[in-house]
Amino acid sequence: MESVELIYKAVYILVIFGITLLIATYSTYAERKVAAFIQDRVGPNRAGPFGLMQPLADAGKMFFKEEFIPAKSNRMLFIIGPGIAMIVACMSSAVIPFGDMLIIGGREIYLQAIEVNIGMLYIFGVVSLGVYGLMIGGWASNNKFSLLGAIRAASQNISYELAMGMSIIAILMMTGSLSLREIAEQQAGFNWNIWYQPLGFIIFLTCSFAETNRTPFDLPECETELIGGYHTEYSSMKLGLYLFAEYINIFVASAVMATLYFGAYNFPFMENLREAFSDPVVGNNVVTLIGVAVMFAKIFFFIFFFMWVRWTLPRFRYDQLMKLGWQILIPLAILNILLTGGGILLFD
Amino acid sequence: MTESLFYFLASLTLLCALMVVISRNPVHSVLFLIITFFTISGHYILLNAQFLAAVNIIVYAGAIMVLFLFVIMFLNMNKDSESRVKTSTLSKFAGTIAGGLLFVIMVAAVKDTTIAGYNADTFTSQTGMVETLGAVLFTQYLLPFELASVLFLVAMVGAVMLGKKEAGEQHF
Amino acid sequence: MNQIPDIIRTIPLNYYLYFSTALFIIGVIGVLIRRNAIVIFMCVELMLNAVNLLLTAIASYRADTNGQVFVFFIMAVAAAEVCVGLAIIVMTYRNTRSTDVQLLNNLKW
Repeated sequence: MESVELIYKAVYILVIFGITLLIATYSTYAERKVAAFIQDRVGPNRAGPFGLMQPLADAGKMFFKEEFIPAKSNRMLFIIGPGIAMIVACMSSAVIPFGDMLIIGGREIYLQAIEVNIGMLYIFGVVSLGVYGLMIGGWASNNKFSLLGAIRAASQNISYELAMGMSIIAILMMTGSLSLREIAEQQAGFNWNIWYQPLGFIIFLTCSFAETNRTPFDLPECETELIGGYHTEYSSMKLGLYLFAEYINIFVASAVMATLYFGAYNFPFMENLREAFSDPVVGNNVVTLIGVAVMFAKIFFFIFFFMWVRWTLPRFRYDQLMKLGWQILIPLAILNILLTGGGILLFD
Repeated sequence: MTESLFYFLASLTLLCALMVVISRNPVHSVLFLIITFFTISGHYILLNAQFLAAVNIIVYAGAIMVLFLFVIMFLNMNKDSESRVKTSTLSKFAGTIAGGLLFVIMVAAVKDTTIAGYNADTFTSQTGMVETLGAVLFTQYLLPFELASVLFLVAMVGAVMLGKKEAGEQHF
Repeated sequence: MNQIPDIIRTIPLNYYLYFSTALFIIGVIGVLIRRNAIVIFMCVELMLNAVNLLLTAIASYRADTNGQVFVFFIMAVAAAEVCVGLAIIVMTYRNTRSTDVQLLNNLKW
């Protein structure tokens, strides 16, 4: 790899990292605003205009809180736990294509940090690691509620990973590729996968709620039963890292959903727009930039959807959660695979 | 560069594998085993077997080790419960010597054989790619693949059967 | 794009042989000296992984797909094995309140 490209990659990874953290920061603000909107309240409005400085104030508070490590806890694992949660959450945005290619000075620049031909497996692998932060933190706290939260997190994640993987297989059968860039390119224009995979999308959506531990599946941390679940004993910025990792997970889950099912950076009539410019380079760049905006609009919609559901649906009971995962979602996912296979046989 | 990467990964693998055996706390053993699996995945990537690297992470680190950790937490094992089941020094000694002898025998057997390395003419870097593996898996190995699904079904039924409480059982 | 990866050019196949043998032996020693059933089980996984690594290495060096397909099957079987094995361990824990394999001595009568 030549050095120009190396520098570009480094800068791009930093930018993506920054954007991820920024979106996660403002997700906390958005969550409170959305909650306020749904419950007909005002929400945070003191720090800065419209309360926009609220995340900074929260972060400052987190940093200055007392650092507390329980006496009989496993000290090292207690500290490593939130770190694992955060690192794993940040890892997955690396393979997501946030845009098509830009042409600058005759050089083609893809708006994707790394292109691997097993991108989807990579995402799936990283997502399956996310549960370790919760489990290790919960176990190391030496607290019954934390342990219960950790155990719940483990069984929930394992159960829903199966259905999630099977809903992805249906997508694989259609696209014939594991590379996220290729999947995005195949959905050009309005040819989005959601039109062919509505059932698969619903399964994937449900499972991503479970994998990110969001209501209605936030059993690992449900405060009314388990105080705080796996982060009962955490305080100060360690707690902050756990909460932050959850929002990063939501961002990544939204980005994956947008890429797999909602056409990534593609939008209707993009080919017409591209041809409207006489200079193909300018046309390409304009379409790509609009595509990036469209991609982020889709991501923001899904983040909003996550919050919308959180303040609308009550929490599942634990046996209901397991029943939904094993008895409804997995058979549905298998049915979806069969239907997709039948459709491919019939129409291709 | 790649050479030193191999040595680094290999020594890290062996170190973490040793720590799995040495650690008194089962949770630490599990965590070291997870690191071992990661380094083995690193080896797969070095060997250009991307698919196996990803599957190794998903299956071993993502599913199997979570199950192990789950069971260990479920049974609430820690250092205290572990210290009750100490192996005697004699059997530790005997075990290590037996293992070491096995190592010597295996190395001695391997040492004098000449193994053909790569063949530059017939070599393809596409061996470990998903397309190649899939083509072989779904043609040549179709029957074993289908049988593996039956195996999974049997394992699932077996685990549920074992996990079920018997009538009148009062534990847990 | 048919270039030979650096590792295959610089590292002889024998090194992988020694390396995975060492890994396998660590697993064997673990099985011999530990008494906690779960740790023994983990050491078995370690041995399986040593075999996987060697199979992959040889398959990559010889550009033979069959070896890697075998690794895939070994992983599938290992997953099924862990699922049943852990269920058995939980079962023994219910009956003996311990995962010490020594307590299963009475199986011989």
